[in-house]
Amino acid sequence: MNESVVETHGLTKRYGDRLAVDRVDMTVKTGEVYGFLGPNGAGKTTTLRMMLGLIRPTAGSASVLGQPAGRPDVTARIGALIEGPGFYPYLSGLDNLRVMARYRGLPKSTAAAALARVDLADRGSDKFKSYSLGMKQRLGVASALMGDPELIVLDEPTNGLDPAGMADMRSLIVELARGGQTVLLSSHLLDEVQEICDRVGVINKGRLLRESTVADLRGGASLVVRGFPVDATLAVAMEVAGEDAVHLDGEDVLLDVSPGQAPDLTRALVARGVDVHQIGSTERTLESVFFEMTTEKEAVS
Amino acid sequence: MTALTTNGILSSTRAELLRLRKWPAVWVTIGAWLALSLMFGYLFNYLSYTSGDSSFSTEGTTKAALLAEMMPANVPDVFVQGMPMFGGALMMVLGAIVAGNGYGWGTWKTVFTQGPSRTSVLAGSLVSVTVAVLGVMVTSLVVDFGCSLVIAGTEGQSIVWPSLGAMVESFGAGFLVLEMWALAGFVLGTVARGPALSVGLGLVWALVIENLLRGVGQLLSPVEAFTEILPGTAAGSLIGSIVGVERGGDGTPGVLDVLSGTQATWTVAVYVVVLPLVALWLVRRRDVV
Repeated sequence: MNESVVETHGLTKRYGDRLAVDRVDMTVKTGEVYGFLGPNGAGKTTTLRMMLGLIRPTAGSASVLGQPAGRPDVTARIGALIEGPGFYPYLSGLDNLRVMARYRGLPKSTAAAALARVDLADRGSDKFKSYSLGMKQRLGVASALMGDPELIVLDEPTNGLDPAGMADMRSLIVELARGGQTVLLSSHLLDEVQEICDRVGVINKGRLLRESTVADLRGGASLVVRGFPVDATLAVAMEVAGEDAVHLDGEDVLLDVSPGQAPDLTRALVARGVDVHQIGSTERTLESVFFEMTTEKEAVS
Repeated sequence: MTALTTNGILSSTRAELLRLRKWPAVWVTIGAWLALSLMFGYLFNYLSYTSGDSSFSTEGTTKAALLAEMMPANVPDVFVQGMPMFGGALMMVLGAIVAGNGYGWGTWKTVFTQGPSRTSVLAGSLVSVTVAVLGVMVTSLVVDFGCSLVIAGTEGQSIVWPSLGAMVESFGAGFLVLEMWALAGFVLGTVARGPALSVGLGLVWALVIENLLRGVGQLLSPVEAFTEILPGTAAGSLIGSIVGVERGGDGTPGVLDVLSGTQATWTVAVYVVVLPLVALWLVRRRDVV
């Protein structure tokens, strides 16, 4: 589980004066679903392209499946959908997959199976140019799944999908991970990433800001109390949780403690005559963490 | 060459052949060549022959000579005479759309993530274009023989087949010319990363600029020396060495006698070798975005 499938060291891409990717050190482990997060233009796709050998790094290195990125024998073990699906518009969806199956040296039947896996079997004979954006996206994912590659790289796979399609895609990705395939998922849909990813890397303006598990990134759950008078509430909270673990946010007192301590805290507050209006646990969402991280960095820069 | 590269070339060729076979644009291009070849090789000549009128290409030719031109024995000449001009231009369009459209559609990006190396993918694509060129030639030859046999039968002429040597010479020269232009189109499509600009530039070059330069070359000797290494000059001269060029006459457009047959063959052959290397060099070193 801990073996690295992707490792980058100081991976950098510069276009003239613009630094698209800046010394990224990133690790994707075997069997995990890794979420690569970042706003548009953060450098996600450029990083993925370097991992697949589509573009050359200006500096640094990337190894994929234990080999330098871009080697044909390595690329053959990866399924990828990078920045939108690129297919022949005059061919049907099925024929497009057949062409890609031939490139991969896979049997013809692989194409139909992949099409069925993304619920496109009934539209397989339609021309690619007649597909909706969501259908094109699903065809791209089908292409990435052909031949059961060890690593699947999906760049914004839910773009253009309706809510049902997005849910299906999430299920598919989870299913892939359960089957032992490693998934590297680039997205700016944070709910999606929070729901299905084991670990995440957050990139902004070309820099990898943080890489950790989703739980670590969000931090532990905490308690929030609203009681009156506020100063008495604050004092009791500090006695229970310690000074460093308590913060005041308007009239709310936030405690960095386990939600399991709520009964003790309630008893203490009532014993000191505090009117407890509200007490509950609070969890930071990945979205709030993401915005904190990206805006902090922007403020600094 | 490693087994991996060989397998990559084979799988790439199979994939490219599948997508070219199902691409209407390829059939339109091939159909256009066959239609033009038939029109200028047989239809107009036969209409002139039967009506007794002269068209721009048959002026001053006797009816007997016109009929002889349409007989099976003359197929080796008729087969190649349109190749330096519109045959080459159409094959250049074919090469340009095969290479260029992949950038606009994003299909090269998809293909380069399938496994085969860029060298294998490019080799597969070039082999497929070559197969298409050969297919065009075989079809064209069959159609030309078919037409000439029908005309011979209709006009009650005895059938005299061309010599095998003449056929091989024509086929070889025609292949070199069409392949060179198809590869030139492929390189242009790769350079321009799209079909429109490459087709436009290629056609203007092949149909206009080279002719203008040859005109200027008659006044300025350095320009004349330069025109001798141009693809159009070489292709026209190679075909001219087979079909012959009328001295001082209007002749078939694009058919020239600037270079000797040997010199022209070598020049075209050099293009056929160098152009794929240029395409390969570009594709291997480029970022695919």
